[in-house]
Amino acid sequence: MSRLSTIACRTFGLATALTLGSVVAASAQQPAAPAAPPIKLGIVSFLSGPAASPFGVPGRNGAEIVIEALNAGKAPAPYNTVGFAGTKIETKFVDEAGSTAQVVTEFRNLVQRDQVDAVVGYISSGSCLAVTPVADELKALTVYFDCGTPRIFEEKPRKYVFRPSSHATKDSTGAARYLVARKKDITLFSGINQNYAWGQDSWKDFVGAMNVLAPKAKVDKELMPKLFQGEFGAEISTLLTSKSQALHSSFWDGDLESFIIQSSARGLQKRMPFIGTTAESSIWRLRDKLPDGTIVGGRGPHGPLAPDNELNTWFKTIYMDRYGTPPTYPSYQMALSLLGLKVAWEKAHKAKGSKPTTDEVVAAFENIEYESPSGTVKMALGNGHQGIQATAYGTYRFNKQKGQPELVDVVRFAAECVNPPSDKSSEEWLKAGMPGAKC
Amino acid sequence: MLTAFAIFSDGLVYAAYLFLVAVGLTLIFGVMKILNVTHGSFYAFGAYGAATAAGVWFDRGWSDAGGLLFMVGLAMLIGLAIGIVLERGILRFVYGKDEVVIVLVTYAVFLILEDVIVLVWGPRSYAAYQPMVAAGSIDVGDLTLSNYDIGMVVLAAALAAFGYWALKFTRYGKLLTVVIFDREVAAAYGINVKVIYTVTFLIGAMLGALGGAVMAPKISVTLGIGVEVIVLAFAVVAIGGMGSIEGALIGALIVGFGRAAAVHLVPQVELFVIYAVMALVLGFRPHGLFTQPAPRKI
Repeated sequence: MSRLSTIACRTFGLATALTLGSVVAASAQQPAAPAAPPIKLGIVSFLSGPAASPFGVPGRNGAEIVIEALNAGKAPAPYNTVGFAGTKIETKFVDEAGSTAQVVTEFRNLVQRDQVDAVVGYISSGSCLAVTPVADELKALTVYFDCGTPRIFEEKPRKYVFRPSSHATKDSTGAARYLVARKKDITLFSGINQNYAWGQDSWKDFVGAMNVLAPKAKVDKELMPKLFQGEFGAEISTLLTSKSQALHSSFWDGDLESFIIQSSARGLQKRMPFIGTTAESSIWRLRDKLPDGTIVGGRGPHGPLAPDNELNTWFKTIYMDRYGTPPTYPSYQMALSLLGLKVAWEKAHKAKGSKPTTDEVVAAFENIEYESPSGTVKMALGNGHQGIQATAYGTYRFNKQKGQPELVDVVRFAAECVNPPSDKSSEEWLKAGMPGAKC
Repeated sequence: MLTAFAIFSDGLVYAAYLFLVAVGLTLIFGVMKILNVTHGSFYAFGAYGAATAAGVWFDRGWSDAGGLLFMVGLAMLIGLAIGIVLERGILRFVYGKDEVVIVLVTYAVFLILEDVIVLVWGPRSYAAYQPMVAAGSIDVGDLTLSNYDIGMVVLAAALAAFGYWALKFTRYGKLLTVVIFDREVAAAYGINVKVIYTVTFLIGAMLGALGGAVMAPKISVTLGIGVEVIVLAFAVVAIGGMGSIEGALIGALIVGFGRAAAVHLVPQVELFVIYAVMALVLGFRPHGLFTQPAPRKI
C-alpha cells in the first residue's frame, strides 16, 4: 500500500469515526420527542352586556372547570382520559358581544389567525345563524352550546356545525305538556315574551303545542314587549284585567327578574301561574322573591332538573367548589357540548391511531349518543348534527327552613316526546299534531 | 271602565318613570346645548349604586324607609362624583366645539363607563327589590296597584313642581333662564356662565342617578340598562322640546298614556307607538312642543 493510499485510508477512517462520533453525540444531545401540540379550542360566550350574567359567564365558567378537569384527567369515566385522547386542551375565550358582523369577524380570527381546532360557543340565535355558513365555508368544526333557534339545521343540511343541546321547540312543548297535565280544564292562557326571534318562536311553539294538547284553550293576551324594556306596569295591568288561567313566558335574566318583582308586588301570580321556560337560571338570585307555584323550566334537564347521576354530582361539586353557586343551565349546556366533542374526537382518534383531521372528527360526531351531567344526548336530528335530550319541568317552592329554592312535582318528558322527529321541522310537527311523539 | 282606569294609572306610572330619566337630560341640553349620551351612564351608575346600598343596608336588617333614602343618597353622590370628573376632566375642554363633536365625546365616555361598570360590579345582575316589596299594594276594583309605583308618580310630580318653582322664582333659576336664552348676553351681563354650566351639569348628573336609584327596586340591575334608558329619554325630550322641563313632563305624559293605551288595546303596536308619537309631533313642530324661543342675532 502506498503512503498516499495509507493516508487516504487513515483520513477516511478518521472521517468515518468523526462522523459516527458526531452522530452518536448528536443523538445523545437530542431532546426527547416534543410533546404533541395542544388541541386549541376557541370558546365564545357573552362576557359583557346583558346576556353575560345569566348565560355568558355561567357558560364560560362551565368551560373553564370542565376543560381543567379533562386536562388533569380527573373527570369521571368514560371521560377520564387526559384532554382529548391524551392531548391537553388549550383555550382562547372570546366575547360574543357586538354586532353579528363582529361576531363573524371574531370567528374568522379564531379559525384563520389562531388556527383553533374547533370553536365551541354562541348563545344568541343571531350569532349562530350568522356563523353557520362561514363555518361551513371555512370547514371549521363548530359546536354551538346554547343558541335555541331550530332554523340552523331545519333550513338546510350542515357539515361542520353541531349542536348537542336541544333546540327551543322542546322547551315550549315541555311547558305545554306540564301545564296541560296540571290544568286539564284550561280554557284561556296568555303569553308575555320579548319581541325578537327567541320570544316570538317560543310563543309560536307554545301556542302550537297547546292547540294540540288542549284544543279548547284559547289565547287571551299576547304581549310582546321590547327586549330589555324593564318596566312592565301596563303589561301587568293588562294581565290583571284578563281571565287567563296561565301565563307563558320565555323572558330571561333582567326582563324575567324585573317582571317577577313587579308582578309579584301586584299579586299577578295569585291569579295565574307563571310558566318560565328559562326561569331555572334565575332561581338562585330571586330566591324567596320568586312566587311559590311558578312553573320552572331550564331549557332541558339541567340544574335542579338534572338527573341524579355520577356525572351530575361531579359537575355540581366542582362548579360549587370553584364559584360558590350551583351551576345553571348554560353551564350544563357548555359541559355537555365539550363532552360531546371529546367523545367524537376520541372516536376519530381511535379509528385513525393519531390526531384526527377535522373531517374525521366531523364524521365521528354524527349520530353519536353519549352521557352528560344532564343525561343522555342523542345526535338524532339534522343528519346527526342536532342533539335531542329529555326535558323536565317542576313547580317552584322556596324552602324557608333550608333557606333554599327547590322544585317539586318534577315531571320528565322523554326526548322523543318533546322533540320533532328527524324527518319533520318543528313547525310541521306541531301543525300536524305532534305525530310520533313517544311520551 | 276598568280598562280605562288601568290605562290612566299605567300611563301615569310610565310617564313618571320617563320624566325621572329625561329631566336631567333636558336640563343639561337647555343650558349647555350638549346632547349628553352619558346620561344613560348616570342612570346606570345610580341603579348600581342603589343596589349596592340596598345590599349594605338591608343585609343588616335596618329599616325599609331608611334603606330607600340611603339608596337614593348614595346613588346621587355617585352621580355627583362622576359628573365632577366628567365636566371638569373632559367636557370643559370641548365647550364651544361643534355639537356633533360633543355628542361623540359623550358617546365615547358612555362606552368607557359601561366598561367601568363591568370592572366595578362585574357582569352579574343585582337586585334591590326590598323597598318595592315593603311598600305593598292597594286594590282598586279588580286592579292591584303597587304603592311603590304610586310613590314614584308623587316623586315625579314633586320634582316637576320643584323644577318649575326653582326656574321661575329663585335667583339661580332666573340666571339659568338667561343662560338658556342667550349665553353671550348672559356673560355680557356679568353672569358667570362657566359656574352655571358646571352646577347645571352636576344637577343633571344627580337627576340621572336619581332616576336609576328610584327604578332599581323595580328592575334587575344588569349590564346595558343605561342604553335602553337613553333612547327613551331622547324620544321624550325630542317630543317635549330640547331643553324644556315642561316639555319633558308633557312628552313623558303623552308617551306614557300612548304606550299604556297601546298595550291594553292594540298590543301589536306597543313598540311602534312611542316613535310614532315622536314622528307625529316632530312632523308638525320640528323642535318639539315646548321649544324655547331663539333670539334673533344680527
